[in-house]
Amino acid sequence: MHTQPVIVNIGPHHPSTHGVFRMRLTMDGENILDVEPVIGYLHRGSEKLAEERHYTQVITLTDRMDYVASMTNNQAYVLSCEQLTGITAPDRGQYLRVIAAELQRIVSHLVATGFFLQDLGAFATPLMYAMRERERVLDLFEMLCGARITVSYMRIGGVFQDAPAEFWPALGKIVDELPAFIDELEGLISKNEIVLSRTQGVSVISGRDAVNASITGPVLRASGVSWDLRKAAPYDVYDRVSFNVPLGDQGDNYDRYIIRIREIRESVKIIEQCVKQIEPGPVRATSAMLFRPPVGESYVPIEAPKGELGFYLVSDGSIAPYRMHVRAPSLINLTLLKQMLVGWKLSDAIVSFGSIDVNMGEVDR
Amino acid sequence: MYGIGILRGLVVTARNLVRKPVTIQYPEESVPQASRFRGQEFTWFVDRCTGCASCAKFCPLGIIRIVTDPNGGNEQDGGTYRVDTFDIDQARCMYCGLCVEACPYDALHMGSNFEAAQYRRQDLLITKEDLNGRDKHPSTWFRPQLEREKFDPFAGESKKWEDTGREARFWHPQRPEMLPDDGDTRPTADGEYK
Repeated sequence: MHTQPVIVNIGPHHPSTHGVFRMRLTMDGENILDVEPVIGYLHRGSEKLAEERHYTQVITLTDRMDYVASMTNNQAYVLSCEQLTGITAPDRGQYLRVIAAELQRIVSHLVATGFFLQDLGAFATPLMYAMRERERVLDLFEMLCGARITVSYMRIGGVFQDAPAEFWPALGKIVDELPAFIDELEGLISKNEIVLSRTQGVSVISGRDAVNASITGPVLRASGVSWDLRKAAPYDVYDRVSFNVPLGDQGDNYDRYIIRIREIRESVKIIEQCVKQIEPGPVRATSAMLFRPPVGESYVPIEAPKGELGFYLVSDGSIAPYRMHVRAPSLINLTLLKQMLVGWKLSDAIVSFGSIDVNMGEVDR
Repeated sequence: MYGIGILRGLVVTARNLVRKPVTIQYPEESVPQASRFRGQEFTWFVDRCTGCASCAKFCPLGIIRIVTDPNGGNEQDGGTYRVDTFDIDQARCMYCGLCVEACPYDALHMGSNFEAAQYRRQDLLITKEDLNGRDKHPSTWFRPQLEREKFDPFAGESKKWEDTGREARFWHPQRPEMLPDDGDTRPTADGEYK
């Protein structure tokens, strides 16, 4: 019988593609022969838009890049601006930034886990449990800065304002209750035989390949490479808190899932330590909204929930950046997609893509 | 044994079956909002606005349009500028709040409403008359003076500009003598300025 490979387009409008991502798959029956990712459907030109807005206004653009983790985008941008202008945020501002960033990491990992399990066929239940907890953290963000997703919380030289009085008891309540919720989610899924057989040993990335492809974040650590910028190049007050960097050994889909669960636990620990250590004081080094940094360039990488995120800024001495370039972890983590998928079935392609946890707002910018 | 993990998952599901639902039936009931919530229904105090257009300059999208007209002659004789036009194009507003942060006279505040849908696009343009005519329920976002008096924007009464303290001038000092001696522009813990 004469057969020929068939080309299947998954996306851009497909619920499993987490936005507008298109996978052009060459299939032999259920088996994947070739993968061609097509990106750019959500391109909004943020880097160009930044060139005609001054430094404070660009903060609102960074909210919209990785819209699941706006706080860490803010943090990466303001840290880069602070290196450019030579401003240092006061201690309380740095602690508030770390608390907000770790809460955002919890949110991002919950979303990643929930949608990963949804892709796996665990329809709606784990996702809804994860979303339920995410809502409570977003309520905290609303208390802090008046918005839930597009936060615009951080400013060059700190955060825009101190946390309100009702924030601290609410934070303590969530920090107390989150570990119990993680136990619940793990009880629901982590030992489930169907999940184990679908994810263990699937789409393995070796540590060597991951390093060669510049992959960062939980995807890299799942392959057993211990690289976390919070430890390797501490920013803000990460050098004053102690936490573990969870590592996987296989580099398969299951490791990428379980690493995120473990990182949520570590984030809770970091927040607890920050709440103990934080002291009253100023939260913002300067009230200025317009900056004229000296001519130069800056790049401060941070450990965003999805990997190394950095804003490369070039200043020509004016009030707006001459050039801004974003090192987006989602885009670079996609580079091994072909290697991950070829040889596996179509249903594994959806799961493996979900396990990288990409955000199309950040891939296309 | 195969199946233990699935049973354990079912126990979690069964426990959640008897738990109180967290779903909110939105149009009938709504989630409690934080007082810092940034929403529409901007509060604008015409008696405080000088038409300096700081808000328009700091808007990342440039959607605030201000036209001023000299009124009452010479500035030295007490003449002021009249604000002829104060339009906010809410269709493009992203509620970042930078206009409120930039206002040096505490004249502009964020609002707390989020139900902004309109049938016609031109209805999304907020004009000076809309801003003047509506009740003032300012959000406490970037307004520590409201936060300190525990102002609740969702309570009934409309806020008057005389009762709303001024604090932004400490953030945007125009003359050095407006600054406290040590250059510290923030209030102390009990809300007093040094």
